[in-house]
Amino acid sequence: MNGLLGKKIGMTSIFDDSGQVVPCTVIEAGPCYVTQIKTKERDGYEAVQLGFDPMRERLLRKPQKGHFAKAGAKPVKLVCEFREIGMAEVQPGQEIKVESVFTKGDVVSVIGTSKGRGFQGVVKRHHFGGGFRTHGQSDRERAPGSIGSSSYPSRVFKGMRMAGRMGGEQVTVHNLKVVGIIPDSNLLLLKGSVPGAINGYLEIRKRKAQ
Amino acid sequence: MEKLKLVEATQMKTGLPPFSPGDTVNVHVRVVEGDKERIQQFQGVVLGRHGSGMNATFTVRKVSDGVGVERIFPLHSPRIAKIEKIKDGVVRRAKLYYLRELASKAIRQKTNA
Repeated sequence: MNGLLGKKIGMTSIFDDSGQVVPCTVIEAGPCYVTQIKTKERDGYEAVQLGFDPMRERLLRKPQKGHFAKAGAKPVKLVCEFREIGMAEVQPGQEIKVESVFTKGDVVSVIGTSKGRGFQGVVKRHHFGGGFRTHGQSDRERAPGSIGSSSYPSRVFKGMRMAGRMGGEQVTVHNLKVVGIIPDSNLLLLKGSVPGAINGYLEIRKRKAQ
Repeated sequence: MEKLKLVEATQMKTGLPPFSPGDTVNVHVRVVEGDKERIQQFQGVVLGRHGSGMNATFTVRKVSDGVGVERIFPLHSPRIAKIEKIKDGVVRRAKLYYLRELASKAIRQKTNA
């Protein structure tokens, strides 16, 4: 496998081998269950579908029930596909643990949903500078300034950066180093921060071979 | 939260001597020079302790050749070989930053029992 699904637990710091403090994020990665294997003949592409976070059977909807029963996998809350990996390695229903995927020193990418910030102005959302605080200005401190010219083009261009909903979108962080693994409790330690809130779902992918 | 503690537990030291601000401690620091490692001692007054869990640190101040030197150590750092408590201090504050302005004689008086 070249990736796993996980859940953000929080951040802390650890000491590396030379005694330096390393800021790290703790992720509960797996155990994941293979819920489906997609093949070129049947689906047009090759992929492994992984599931994470077991749920109660009673809460499943019927189509999902059938889907998981077919693979003989545990019912889970989240499923996700991983492509371009050794297909032969995995069987439907198989449990995949963190220590079988990652080793200390691996470099990974993490995909998550950033924290929702609600409706935010341009200063926070797009890093605009805002206006003057002094020189007799009023109500201009965090204003966007001009949003375009007048009679020509007589409209505001599409994609003009303005205030609006911020956060709550997919964010990918590349090149995070695995600084530790605790197999007993399925924990993965990455150097640096990852997107999203605590208990948010994450997709952890190994960097492609270079 | 429990799982976060689990990670920290793998790193945290046990059996550290209890010491508090005002105490005089001798910190044995591992110093790596090239491929050799030796122990360097740093003795002084604890100005304060900061943080909890893995992030706990403490500040030690000493006066060396008339120059005040302060070092902030991570409490659980593997670079610290040993912490020795030399003397108990009696102080009425958690952070003893006011010692910086005092002469060494005054410091002795302030931290003595």
